[in-house]
Amino acid sequence: MSDPILSLDAVHTHIGRHHILQGVSFSVASGGATILLGRNGAGKSTVLKTIMGLFPASGGKIVFKGQAVERKKTHEIARMGMGYVPEDRAVLFNLTVEENFCLSMIVENEKTHERLNEVLELFPALKKFWKTRAGLLSGGQKQMLAIARVFVCDHSLLLIDEPSKGLAPIIVDQLGESLLRIKDKTKVILVEQNFNLARQVGSDCFILDDGRVVHHGLIQDLAEDKALMKKYLGIG
Amino acid sequence: METGGIMTTQTLGVEKSRERIKTRINMGMGMGIFLLPLIWMDTTTYFTLTVAGISLGMLIFLIASGLTLIFGLMDVLNLAHAAFFAFGAYAGAAVLNGFDSLGWISTASLPESLLYLVSALLAAGLTGAVLGIATETLVIRKVYGDHLMQLLVTVGVSFVIVEILKIVWGVNNEVVPVPMGFQDSFILWGVFIEYFRVVAIVLGIGVFAGLQFVLKKTKIGIIVRAGVENREIVKTTGYNISRIFTLIFAAGAALAATGGIMMAVFNQAVDPGMGDQFLIFALIVVIIGGMGSVTGSFIGAVMVGLSFNYVAYLIPKMALGVNFMIMAVILLIRPKGLFGKE
Repeated sequence: MSDPILSLDAVHTHIGRHHILQGVSFSVASGGATILLGRNGAGKSTVLKTIMGLFPASGGKIVFKGQAVERKKTHEIARMGMGYVPEDRAVLFNLTVEENFCLSMIVENEKTHERLNEVLELFPALKKFWKTRAGLLSGGQKQMLAIARVFVCDHSLLLIDEPSKGLAPIIVDQLGESLLRIKDKTKVILVEQNFNLARQVGSDCFILDDGRVVHHGLIQDLAEDKALMKKYLGIG
Repeated sequence: METGGIMTTQTLGVEKSRERIKTRINMGMGMGIFLLPLIWMDTTTYFTLTVAGISLGMLIFLIASGLTLIFGLMDVLNLAHAAFFAFGAYAGAAVLNGFDSLGWISTASLPESLLYLVSALLAAGLTGAVLGIATETLVIRKVYGDHLMQLLVTVGVSFVIVEILKIVWGVNNEVVPVPMGFQDSFILWGVFIEYFRVVAIVLGIGVFAGLQFVLKKTKIGIIVRAGVENREIVKTTGYNISRIFTLIFAAGAALAATGGIMMAVFNQAVDPGMGDQFLIFALIVVIIGGMGSVTGSFIGAVMVGLSFNYVAYLIPKMALGVNFMIMAVILLIRPKGLFGKE
């Protein structure tokens, strides 16, 4: 593998008295999408939050673009080029669609405006509701906005947490198409429970179980390994 | 599961027209309160009381707008707000006393009076901002999200500030020299209007317009509103949320302090406990207007100022009580206040 854009080495995270991540280690290279799979409570979202600095790592090392980030503050990590889309429609409901984008554009220049136009081509519905409060959008539109507002920045890595959660199948299909186009431009780490969506978007996958990485491989191979699917994902 | 259905422009139009109707109902309620006293008084008295009420309302708005930022937007129960108000009053009064000792206050023309007042406002505002920064970084930052602790620690901060005022300036009332230009008045439609009342109204409207502009039309305003709504998103976008919250708190404290010196000039006196009465007014205004709404605070302050003046003229003993009654009625009709978000 070429130089990894992100690597975790024996990362531990405690939330209160609970020891959630128990030595997570993995590396991801630039380009494409990497999928984190696992049952509910396996620690997938906690991995993303720990990488992003929202939960402090109680042990281990996280290196992003060659720099250790496990002691950095969230806003410093974001400014290094890491974008994060949390689960549950992470948009600012009281701001308009335009203001949500404006907030995301930390630096406003010709390049970011070009990127904004690109994003609006990718998500045309958002252009129609440009001056509308995000709280008035439908669930699917909110999720599109949540991803689009992060994608508008020139990030090197996007962490996306369960974007399909609670969405109707037709909207999940649209979401999949958008994610495919995003991963062509930016490295994506996707946490996803919807196996079909995960398989459509990514090739490289890690399975987490009880706060540890228990499997690494190609998602296509995993799809054929019924025993592994049953053991760690409860599918099949 | 969400249906994921696409919001159409038609359903959006219905939502927007509902919002417009609600706003009009709010405005209608406010207008009704403005006009009711005409039943019991002549128009000259009504106009005199209205100007006085609006100017009092604008003074209350200065302290309430600060409280809107700190309590309404940041959700911090700050009982030290009254102490910031009093400290600003003393800081501004010290500047005016300095000018007075040079003999400038008693001979000041209107432009000179304005210059002296601006100096006092700047002194008060800066003092308030410094107090706000110190309070937020040393005390409030550790108790975000814990209302009980906020209540306890800000009462403590309030005691400390008021005791400092007593040690430095004494426990008794101090007379505040009012620049001569503000003691003049002019006649409009048969009514005498003091220049200071006009200054208070202009300052109040200026602060309202300034806050609206900053919050709605600037990037920093967007970041502030976003930070109040969802700190996690703002942090992960790349903004230093701690610095933003310090900034909001300092702005709120500075507004309370400028309200303090304006009220001190209005009453021509300062005392260490002067903030307490106005904190009650400000709390009523913030609750009537709706938590976090600057427009709501502005309308609420005008309503409180007007109703206080009208009722003080008609039934003096009911002057303060009527504001509680208005608050109760509005909360019964709209539990989130006039402009509070459902």
